[in-house]
Amino acid sequence: MFDAIDLSLLALDAPGWGGALLKGFLRSVELAVGGYALGIVIGICGALAKLNGGRVIRDLAEVYTMIIRAVPELVLMLLFYYVGTDLANRGMQALGYSGFDIDGLTAGILVIGLVQGGYATEVLRGAIKAIPRGQIEAAQAFGMSPFKVLTRVTLPAMTPHALPGMANLWMIATKDTALLAVIGFSELTLATRQAAAATREYFLFFFAAGALYLTLTLVSNAGLRWFEKRARRGLTAAS
Amino acid sequence: MPDIDIVTPLRPASLSRMGRSLTAFFLPHRIIMVLVALFALAMMIRTMDWSWLPAYMPRLWEGLGITMLMLVVSVVLGFILALPLAIAQVVGPLPLRWLALSFCTVIRGTPLLLQMWLFYFGLGSLLGQFPEIRETWAWPYLRQAWPYGLFSLTISFAAYQGEIMRGAFTGVPKGELEAARAFGMSRAKTFRRVWFPRAVHRALPTLGGEIILQLKATPLVATITVTDLYAVITKVRQDTFLTYEPLLFLVAVYLCLSGVLTVLLRWMESRVPDAR
Repeated sequence: MFDAIDLSLLALDAPGWGGALLKGFLRSVELAVGGYALGIVIGICGALAKLNGGRVIRDLAEVYTMIIRAVPELVLMLLFYYVGTDLANRGMQALGYSGFDIDGLTAGILVIGLVQGGYATEVLRGAIKAIPRGQIEAAQAFGMSPFKVLTRVTLPAMTPHALPGMANLWMIATKDTALLAVIGFSELTLATRQAAAATREYFLFFFAAGALYLTLTLVSNAGLRWFEKRARRGLTAAS
Repeated sequence: MPDIDIVTPLRPASLSRMGRSLTAFFLPHRIIMVLVALFALAMMIRTMDWSWLPAYMPRLWEGLGITMLMLVVSVVLGFILALPLAIAQVVGPLPLRWLALSFCTVIRGTPLLLQMWLFYFGLGSLLGQFPEIRETWAWPYLRQAWPYGLFSLTISFAAYQGEIMRGAFTGVPKGELEAARAFGMSRAKTFRRVWFPRAVHRALPTLGGEIILQLKATPLVATITVTDLYAVITKVRQDTFLTYEPLLFLVAVYLCLSGVLTVLLRWMESRVPDAR
């Protein structure tokens, strides 16, 4: 069985599917990076809303994270995708454009970012709470504006506390991009399935895709570990 | 840093505690929010098209049953499988340790969807090529989709849980094991009486979260044609051309499921004494 595997199917040029796979891989990385970045932005807003917001905002943030954590990502992605494209379409039609179609990459990033944001909110909230209160009060006493306190004190000081959780979220983001295959995004998993279905070489292509995902995970794991070590300079091990 | 703002009150009797937590929950703004939510829900029920619901109800129940079955069986089997994985990583001989570690890394490093498709499309078609397998009793099962879905869910749960159990095994304080050895227990008895129960005990608090995560992974089996809850909803969407109603219904059902599971798991957790 295995001696019949034809590695030339993985060639980069037309008869081989390697090019399509790599393109899908690139798409997956783009989706993961974009969604992760959006998730961090949402997470910072959500964490600040939970910690400093008024009662209504705090409860709304709570509802958001609760829904994100209780409903399967696949269902959320479908819902966000349809609601998002529908709203965008209606908005554009109201503005006079017709036949507007939302860009696939943007939609995918939005969908992943919204899901990531819910988890990031929880991670960042814990990290911000781990900052000694006095540091933030000192910054306020210096007359810094709330935004400056955020960028100069809160965000840098919470980074080492947030990194383990955020590293975990990055792993989840890379794997969640695969779910977009179900909606029909041409990222790595869908490209793999198409290649495998066309050539009937399921093992070859699925293992190749698995190797790509695993490489991404291991490389970013090493990078994140280095970054965490750097960010934790000067902190005692126990904290 | 001691937090002087928080004064821990004495625990009152449980009934009045419940009453107080209820009054603490229903602050004025929350009452308004709940009313707004109820109004939105009522509007959804009135204005949206729910006529498909009664006709699909039996199938939805069936789908829910399959979802729950997938969850429970994969969690139980996965947990059983996670123990040897963790033990091999902690005390196993080097090749075994290496094998268990790479298994966990590979499963945790690749998407579950990819694994599921590999097993269903790849393994499924490969097994069909051997007449020896086609002859056996297992073939009628292996021709269906659910064994592959269950298998990949189980493997994935085992890998994640194995990693947690590994941490739990290494986290058991050395002194407890040394005390057991000092009592003259053999290594096997130390493991059976102290190390293993203490490790499971330490891993229990995270188990609830893992089970919720597993619940959220179950709809993936719909992509390989297992008719779980999600698959039934997909069918509804294809039949009725409705976009939002079935999806919103699905979100509501999963919210309820997660809520019930969380309460249930928290109750079970509270039954276990948490001596550190």
